[in-house]
Amino acid sequence: MAISPASDTPELSSPEAVGAGLHSVGYLPDETTALVSYLAVQLGKPVLVEGPAGVGKTELAKALARFTGRELIRLQCYEGVDEAKALYEWNYKKQLLRIQSGAAADADSASWDAVQDNIFSEEFLLTRPLLQAIASEEPVVLLIDEIDKTDHEFEALLLEILSDFQVSIPELGVVEATTHPIVLLTSNDSRELTEALKRRCLYLWLDYPENAREIEIVRMHVPDLDEKVAARLVEVIRMVRELDVKKPPSISESIDWARTLLLLGADRIDRKTFEDTMSIIVKHRTDMDLVAERVGVKLDKSPASITGSGPRPAV
Amino acid sequence: MNAGVPAWARFTTGGPSEGTAGGIGPLVVDFARELRDEGMSVGTSELLDAFDALSTVDWTDRAAFREAMSTTIAKSQEDRTLFKLVFDRYFFRATEAEAAREHAGGEQGNEHPDGEQRKGDEGEPGEGGGDGEAQIDIDALREAIMEALENGGDDTLRDLARLAIMTLSGGASSGVIGVDVQRVRRQLELRSQDLPPGEEGEDLRKQLQKFEQHVRRELEARMIAETGNLPTARPLNEMNRALPSGGTQDLAAVHRSVKMLKRAMATQGLESRGHQRTGPIDVRGTMRASLETGGVPLDLRYRPRRPRRPELYVLCDVSTSVTSASVFFLSILHALHDSFKRLRTFVFIERVAEVTDVFEQERSFKAASEKISNTAGVADISGYTDYGRVWVDFHDQVAADLDPRSTVIVLGDARTNGREPRADLFGKVTEKAGRSFWLNPEPRLYWNYGDSVIGVYERFCDGVFECWTSKQLEDFVRELTAVRPR
Repeated sequence: MAISPASDTPELSSPEAVGAGLHSVGYLPDETTALVSYLAVQLGKPVLVEGPAGVGKTELAKALARFTGRELIRLQCYEGVDEAKALYEWNYKKQLLRIQSGAAADADSASWDAVQDNIFSEEFLLTRPLLQAIASEEPVVLLIDEIDKTDHEFEALLLEILSDFQVSIPELGVVEATTHPIVLLTSNDSRELTEALKRRCLYLWLDYPENAREIEIVRMHVPDLDEKVAARLVEVIRMVRELDVKKPPSISESIDWARTLLLLGADRIDRKTFEDTMSIIVKHRTDMDLVAERVGVKLDKSPASITGSGPRPAV
Repeated sequence: MNAGVPAWARFTTGGPSEGTAGGIGPLVVDFARELRDEGMSVGTSELLDAFDALSTVDWTDRAAFREAMSTTIAKSQEDRTLFKLVFDRYFFRATEAEAAREHAGGEQGNEHPDGEQRKGDEGEPGEGGGDGEAQIDIDALREAIMEALENGGDDTLRDLARLAIMTLSGGASSGVIGVDVQRVRRQLELRSQDLPPGEEGEDLRKQLQKFEQHVRRELEARMIAETGNLPTARPLNEMNRALPSGGTQDLAAVHRSVKMLKRAMATQGLESRGHQRTGPIDVRGTMRASLETGGVPLDLRYRPRRPRRPELYVLCDVSTSVTSASVFFLSILHALHDSFKRLRTFVFIERVAEVTDVFEQERSFKAASEKISNTAGVADISGYTDYGRVWVDFHDQVAADLDPRSTVIVLGDARTNGREPRADLFGKVTEKAGRSFWLNPEPRLYWNYGDSVIGVYERFCDGVFECWTSKQLEDFVRELTAVRPR
């Protein structure tokens, strides 16, 4: 490898330090996340982050960028993304203009070689996120988001970048990284990625956090919320996630819900509050019925509001 | 946790002072071999990464050690589950084997457990023990536990629990877990009364409870291992389950398996498309793009080729002989409904009725099948399937909606109970539809025996499949959604 990973900075010296650093910029990592982030920096390897939607995969990259003080370069993947959109593209318009203006100025002396050298130079190159990350003077954090949305060919394109941190441009030669970027790839697990890609990455599976940690996260983002309400809220969210719903509530939705409860000045979560604000965490009509039926009834058990009507949960 | 040697490391290894990655090398390689035996693909490059990772973390910390290996070796969620199972099995056996050996030898040593020793003691954990005489220094163990109770992590407690079981009983158990937990407690003289009262003792008491939970869990795991019911890793990779029979199966389980199927399908679609992904040239788009370059069409625009999203008409026999298969099949289809442009579901016994709504509203398997049997009104008097009448009805009511893009799928055993099959009408239906398939939940062996007339219908179908395991069902769904030129 041409360059060694930058890891001398004291704040990257141990998994605990990385964890504390992430915490300081508003991201609460669990031990594994901190360890893998640390390893990514130490070994200079890309990290493949998988997990359900809304557990903070993208947020991790942003937090790493904030914490290390690096620029975040983001490539959002979608079906059909290709090298012209991800890597580089020649600026055809400018090239064409160059040729035409050259021909008009002095028709006889414009030697073919001069023009050819000219139009395939960096002046006519449009850099896209991947090349940008490689060519950057300053070390960056590169986020390749939702890699599972792309095609197999695109994965192959990434291999050179991920293992050697270089890009080959036929007309220009090889562009090598001068600094070592931290690379994160995220995937929603909607399809199996190729072995070759996985082989080059560290693997991190992010799942919904444990109750205690989620309470911490909610309290960090909504510090004014009462501690008991926060604990209850996380408990309810957990119940909803355990049901077979189409879209389980994500962490950001927990936070949104916490904000709502704070705005409404709710000091406890009873059935009425829950049903009024349920639409923030549940976003499918069929899910809403199910959640109201299963979770709403459980909330009923809290004293003073036993109605007894309503559908019974099918056990 | 970094300061000093964790208690479990003191018992099992020489501590980090002699801890170079080289010392543990053979063990890790052997561990990788075991992973490969379980069907995981562990490449050399992954092993090298693992060593790189191990050299940068403090691998006397159990969690760090495991996660560093896991992140470099196990590259999918299934692999992670497998990894954890094998990791526990492998490295805990090493710890136990060491404890058993010490126990049998009657001396408390601090030898390093290397690969050879582990292999030698592989098999039944704790086979060396069993005489019930505790010869290890119990006081030292007790001290270590007390220390761990005060400031140790969860992992330390768990390891000490294992060690305590091994050293105190040599692996022999009374057969009743509660009794064993009590015995360990008594022999270690751990009493919650001895702890300081009030606030200060509160944490310790909690820790003690945790320790006991670990002891209990360990004893349970041991019992499972001894009776041979250890949940092995291999079935994790197998999708070939028999179809659920009866109402106990929850739709949630179906949805989970469908999620895996969906993922597999997403991969498969891409493979089969290859470089033929784009369609013909989009002239308008190309012209518009060429304006940027002074009318020179540098950039060709293609029409995207949309993946085939079939319109499905599904007919399911729900007579008693095939109910479980058909409801399962219907629920799979409905879980997959966003893969299809349009999905209409019919059930039939003597008559045919549309039940598309039921599956969209009901998420529980039992409720769905109850609703179908109560409201669909497909049984008249006898309750026996009448294919002839079904085809008459279906042809009259629905056939007008069929067009060449639609697919008709019939799930049934084609047993007419001696009634007229009306294959001519079925032929008309299949003629109008683009494709038609028949799924038979009976093994092929029984086809065309007795009143089965599958052969009569087979002539009109694009394919007839036997379908009595979920694997076969998945194969069929895959076939159905595959993109292929017709």
